[in-house]
Amino acid sequence: MSPLTTGLKGRAELGVALLLGAAGVLVFLDANGLVTPYSQSDPVGPKTVPYIVAGMLVVCAVLLAINVIRGGQGEAEGGEDVDLTHPADWKTILPLAGAFILNILLIDWAGWVISGTVLFWGSVLALGSRRYVRDGLISVALSLLTFYGFYLGLGIALPAGLLEGIL
Amino acid sequence: MDVWSSLMDGFATALTPMNFLYAVIGVLLGTAVGVLPGLGPAMTVALLLPVTYALEPTSAFIMFAGIYYGGMYGGSTTSILLNTPGESSSVVTAIEGNKMAKAGRAAQALATAAIGSFVAGTIGTALLAVFAPIVVEFAVSLGAPSYFAIMVLALLAVTAVLGNSRLRGFASLALGLAIGLVGMDSVTGQRRLTFGQPLLADGLDIVVVAVAIFAVGEALWVAAHLRRTPLHVIPVGRPWMGRKDWSRSWKPWLRGTAFGFPFGALPAGGAEIPTFLSYVTEKRLSKHPEEFGKGAIEGVAGPEAANNAAAAGTLTPMLALGLPTNATAAVMLAAFTSYGIQPGPQLFSSQGPLVWALIASLFIGNLLLLLINLPLAPLWAKLLQLPRPYLYAGILFFATLGAYSVNLQAFDLVLLLVLGALGFMMRRFGLPVLPLILGVILGPRIEGQLRKTLQLSAGDPVGLFSEPIAVVIYIIVGLILAWPLLFKLVRRNRPERKTLLPANSGAADYSD
Repeated sequence: MSPLTTGLKGRAELGVALLLGAAGVLVFLDANGLVTPYSQSDPVGPKTVPYIVAGMLVVCAVLLAINVIRGGQGEAEGGEDVDLTHPADWKTILPLAGAFILNILLIDWAGWVISGTVLFWGSVLALGSRRYVRDGLISVALSLLTFYGFYLGLGIALPAGLLEGIL
Repeated sequence: MDVWSSLMDGFATALTPMNFLYAVIGVLLGTAVGVLPGLGPAMTVALLLPVTYALEPTSAFIMFAGIYYGGMYGGSTTSILLNTPGESSSVVTAIEGNKMAKAGRAAQALATAAIGSFVAGTIGTALLAVFAPIVVEFAVSLGAPSYFAIMVLALLAVTAVLGNSRLRGFASLALGLAIGLVGMDSVTGQRRLTFGQPLLADGLDIVVVAVAIFAVGEALWVAAHLRRTPLHVIPVGRPWMGRKDWSRSWKPWLRGTAFGFPFGALPAGGAEIPTFLSYVTEKRLSKHPEEFGKGAIEGVAGPEAANNAAAAGTLTPMLALGLPTNATAAVMLAAFTSYGIQPGPQLFSSQGPLVWALIASLFIGNLLLLLINLPLAPLWAKLLQLPRPYLYAGILFFATLGAYSVNLQAFDLVLLLVLGALGFMMRRFGLPVLPLILGVILGPRIEGQLRKTLQLSAGDPVGLFSEPIAVVIYIIVGLILAWPLLFKLVRRNRPERKTLLPANSGAADYSD
């Protein structure tokens, strides 16, 4: 690995410290904003634990920042299908997240059958499958099956959306 | 005997046709997700939670028990047939197991793992049935101060003992506790960390958090680093063992069980340490030490037994104290709560039939795993060849479906994506996931015990130390926290210590 990428990697982990610190400040400010009269039956009150958690977050943030600057590094998680020799592949992640967001936007309006199809089809394509027709058919079948399975088997009515009346 | 008759009642409940069917489904599902990369038993139980609301709690837990043991079994199949173990507890199995498979002895490796899991699981479950009521008897006398101390111990121990970096473990724990704070405070009704958003007032649903961190985070993480070259799966026929394999396996099974159960039952639990200890022991005691590293059957038999016995051990604090120490137990605990069942030492008296049916179904699940899975091993091996785009798209699809079906609101899916991104980041930067999940689930309960404790003492912090058990536990907590420091001091004063270990002992260096 070139020195430049190692430098960037180190800096990226400082972002984690930043996130922890920000979360700590947020928890502190939120707890500070609570107004509670002292009560005999609840001497601890709703603020104490948030203060402790906020303290933990900030201390971890500072220690992590020191650790990273000194050259410490978190070990990325391995796995059966994980190949850590190549860097994160954003060309896969971003379309995948796109399919996910599209599903969120569509689910209440267009219904689960349509949004679920979009989600599965989009994800499969993003992950590199190139059998468009077969993937499409599988997506539609999965969405329909889960829609009816949930409705008939579990009594959970997923939104029908645009297909209301047809399904 | 009381335990005996309760257990027999449990068997009667678990063996009704419907419940037996759920046990079979659980075992098959658990093995499948254990075999498949990217999926685990904890996530599966979380995904099934909303689906099982329609069921009797007893049936649901019988299915969860099957998934729990099945997942363990499936994990060992993967680590033998592929050289990349999915869970940290099957790392040791992969060392010898994969070597055996490469040498054409996959059938024997799978057989000793399966039968060893059965032996260890059965003994472990029997120990659970005997010890859990004893722990309960002791635990019902404890008050809020001791409970608070025990929970603090469990959280700190899991965070400090497991994983490579204590600092990153604590960071993960703190994030989990913060997520657990979101929502209405149970005592005063004040809204915390809701940012005026009414949808957050009830807190974050544990299903959404668990599915986001385990499933969405994992799918995104794998997608970013998807292996483009297909993995080499070693083909396998039906598992079987010869006479020599039996005679070399049975002692490691028993020794592995002896290591696994107590470690699993400790609050710091986990299967990593006992599997590792079992491996080292077998290597030392083996009559064929030269085979170790080239595929020694003892090196599969012992650790696999330890792994399953630890899984049974973990259920002891979970059922007796309401204290989970691994991810699956944590999600099962959340399941209790969502059924309106209060976990803790009262569980055995208030939900006796359910608990005993659950324990009985563990015995049944174990036997089913052996009977169903020995012939099915070639099928499971085929499952490993499922095209990855379908696998990970499927995980995202079902994660979305599971999270959405809890409340039927699209807002939960936004949370799913945000927390999924958090899960991705944690995997990228080596933050362990388990402390976060435990923090989310135990955080509110710890806070409850703390407030109860100080209510009794009218706000005086001395109340925390008002029970002797609590004081003892705080001393242990102190020792765990100070351990790295003490270790350094001991090392500095006795630099010759390291040479005491034989050079070829294979012991890992646990010092930082």
